[in-house]
Amino acid sequence: MPPLPFPAAAPLSWYLTLSAVLFALGVAGFLFRRNIITVFMSIELMLNAVNLSFITFSYKLKQVDGHIFSFFVMVVAAAEAAVGLAIILTVFKNRQTLEIDELSSLKN
Amino acid sequence: MDALLFMIFAAVAVVCGVNLVLQTHPISSALSLVGVMAALAALYLLLGGEFIAAAQLVVYAGAIMVLFVFVIMLLNAGTEHKTHKSSWAKIAGVPLLVAFLGMVAWLIQGLVPATESVVFGEFRKGTALEIGRALFTTYLLPFELTSVLILIAILGAIVLARKEIE
Repeated sequence: MPPLPFPAAAPLSWYLTLSAVLFALGVAGFLFRRNIITVFMSIELMLNAVNLSFITFSYKLKQVDGHIFSFFVMVVAAAEAAVGLAIILTVFKNRQTLEIDELSSLKN
Repeated sequence: MDALLFMIFAAVAVVCGVNLVLQTHPISSALSLVGVMAALAALYLLLGGEFIAAAQLVVYAGAIMVLFVFVIMLLNAGTEHKTHKSSWAKIAGVPLLVAFLGMVAWLIQGLVPATESVVFGEFRKGTALEIGRALFTTYLLPFELTSVLILIAILGAIVLARKEIE
């Protein structure tokens, strides 16, 4: 079998870079998308990226605390999703739109 | 082998993440997000977090995404309308994002020593036993507080979704 063109085990920095890439994608989605549900999903993507960072540092420090933190992040994300989607439902009932550009009654 | 698995799942995560941002229909974005979460669960498993990997699949890919898909179906959300308000953002945004990511990657490669690599099976504290022990001793107060938070979230969701606000 020929030698692989990359190291046999992935360095920690690859995991952290992947986390940064996913977080940046979440920010991009948050800024570019105009559908309020997609914006909300971008926020979930950012939370996931941060979780990957937590788990990676937990591996590096050989401690379980990072896992506990990402567990709490999951719990808060679940609560956030429940309340946020209820808000989206209410907004849609009152305004009949999901475009965030049209939800500007607090502007000025 | 570990690096190969990392590359496969990282590629899945990045492709699904890009697809999430590029798709204009929310249901396509939701399915891409499920892909990202499944790939991340596999990466957690590589890092030794077996409990978190299971929780990721059950809570995120299961519960939260079902909620999202349910709301998308309920509201019959369609494709986004095209506006040309921010065309400069599309032209300038993507190169700037790539440049920023390149800088961040370069910084991370410089800060984290390249000698440390992730070997599957080396970290054994990610089991349900260890996490439960930490959760019910060191982190008992935050754990109890999250139960109150969940209760408030349930009540808030019920109150918000019950009827129209006058």
